Amino acid sequence: MENNSKWIRFGRLLPQKRRRGLTTASFLLPLLLWAAISYIPGIWHPEVRIADPGDSIYFAQGDIVEKGTFKLENENLRAEGARFMTGRRVNPVYFPAPHQVARALYAAFAAPPRRDGDPWFYESVLHSVRVVFWGFFLSSVLGVPLGILCGVFDFFAKLIEPFVEFFRYFPAPVFGALAVAILGINDAPKVAIIFIGTFFQQVLVMANTTRQVDFNLVEAAQTLGARPMTLLFKVVIPASLPKLYLDMRILLGWAWTYLIVAEVVGTTTGISWFINQQAKYRAFDNVYAAILVLGFIGLGTDMILAAVGRSLFAWERGERGFFSTLTKSRKPNTPES
Amino acid sequence: MDIHSKLNLPNYRQQSAEVTAALDQLKKQPVALEIANLTKEFPSDAGPRRVLNDVSFKVYQREFLSIIGPSGCGKSTLIRLLACLEESTDGLILLNKYPVRETGADRGMVFQKYTLFPWLTVKKNVMFGLEVSGRGKFDAEIEARQWLDIVGLEEYADLYPAQLSGGMQQRVAIARALANKPQVLLMDEPFGALDAQTRAKMQAYLLQIWEKIDITIIFITHDLDEAVYLSDRILVLKANPGEVQELVEVPVPRSRTPEQFLSPEFLATKFHLEELIHPGHIRSADDFKVVKMVGEKDK
Repeated sequence: MENNSKWIRFGRLLPQKRRRGLTTASFLLPLLLWAAISYIPGIWHPEVRIADPGDSIYFAQGDIVEKGTFKLENENLRAEGARFMTGRRVNPVYFPAPHQVARALYAAFAAPPRRDGDPWFYESVLHSVRVVFWGFFLSSVLGVPLGILCGVFDFFAKLIEPFVEFFRYFPAPVFGALAVAILGINDAPKVAIIFIGTFFQQVLVMANTTRQVDFNLVEAAQTLGARPMTLLFKVVIPASLPKLYLDMRILLGWAWTYLIVAEVVGTTTGISWFINQQAKYRAFDNVYAAILVLGFIGLGTDMILAAVGRSLFAWERGERGFFSTLTKSRKPNTPES
Repeated sequence: MDIHSKLNLPNYRQQSAEVTAALDQLKKQPVALEIANLTKEFPSDAGPRRVLNDVSFKVYQREFLSIIGPSGCGKSTLIRLLACLEESTDGLILLNKYPVRETGADRGMVFQKYTLFPWLTVKKNVMFGLEVSGRGKFDAEIEARQWLDIVGLEEYADLYPAQLSGGMQQRVAIARALANKPQVLLMDEPFGALDAQTRAKMQAYLLQIWEKIDITIIFITHDLDEAVYLSDRILVLKANPGEVQELVEVPVPRSRTPEQFLSPEFLATKFHLEELIHPGHIRSADDFKVVKMVGEKDK
């Protein structure tokens, strides 16, 4: 009998229930840790929020002071026979508690901007999404076909890849100043940074994936009379599509990581603007809320793309995808032998 | 007393009148494929390595020709040259008297590896070649269904290759190659990856199909039973470099049945092939049977 009670099993999948549980735990554990540090006083709470400044002339009610300073001041006050300060131990302002961030998250969407004329939070988010979209879209429009060509034809591989290989070692942000000089201060230089950050990797990744196509399939198609263009469009591309799709998901993640750099080029916009603005107000709960939104958008997009991919490429597992069930009603019956 | 007489086998050259007549009939057919002085060298660090040397033979229309030989005799290279998946260093390949230089639908191929397109359903796999040659979707589908019917897989038309067993996948691959109406069907150890039972079934299927339709087959195998069971003639290659050793005419009458595996002419042919490929391998009458078993385990 198989031993199903073990959690750690070399190279084996755990039962579905446990896998789901672990996935939940992977989010729950950091959240619990965060909550513990926020709500259980003894763990950290290195500062004191002053409730009553007593006779202290240095501090006022609501000030947050380092606990050493608080103690020292109180000793001084005691030595003078004056009234103590009282206060409650708190975490630093840059470490808000979960409920504060949750509230900020809601407030960020619900509350109007502090200054008239400033964009709403959701407008900033949409702005960021737009910049990433255009950068990634333009990069893909050029990079995907170029990469596939490099993967299939040695001519393009040798002509293009060496330079691309060289160029990708320039960190995209170094082109910030140039991009502004050439493209102005609006969104164009930001899109350009994301483009530069994505495009050169994309060409190489796409080329490599295309090269991994099972050559037996190409040869089989050749013996069925297929000529180069048919081989490219009817064999190489469909055969590598599942992996190309996976690459695109990973590359989209990279494009996101360039976003924050891109947004501070020229005039700061989008989520970066919001984050900088809130940091200036020392509203760190808002900063965390904005960072979380970035994470949610990234993870959400990827989960949707993964689900779409599973359906599009169901044939890899010998299944019919959602999209083919739309066009074909007949259910396949799996043969026994 | 030598082993051959101990085994009490006839001479493999002895043919019944029926077999002689059938082979004469075959040789009156037009030549489907003529291979003349075919030579192939691969570059290597120590200079070009000659894999095939001056190979010449003819294949007649509707012939079933097998190619066997020890490993390294270049039989796979040879069939790849015929399909033009490799370029020959020297020599000519004439298909119906015209030289071939490029891969083409006139020489269909079935590979040892499963090469169905996994993103296409069984039916669309069979339609692939038809559509490439410009046949309309409607016609192609009708023809594909007919071919699937011939290989007995009509009801699996809408499944994906990953849902089929290895034997079924190879049957679809055969249907896919035949749907193109090639003049020659090249088969490179098509049943090599299958288990013994499925292989036996597939051999029977292939013979049925071959009898049903007008097709010339060149079949590579390292299974001697398979070669004798299926072929009209067997081209034996020797290794280093690959050269024609002998073109053996199979004295087993058609139509073939598995019971013939133990007939004297079958065993005599197999014995002779074994001696050609592994000279001195059979040292006693028992060895002959042992050799067969070992040979089967090899796969």
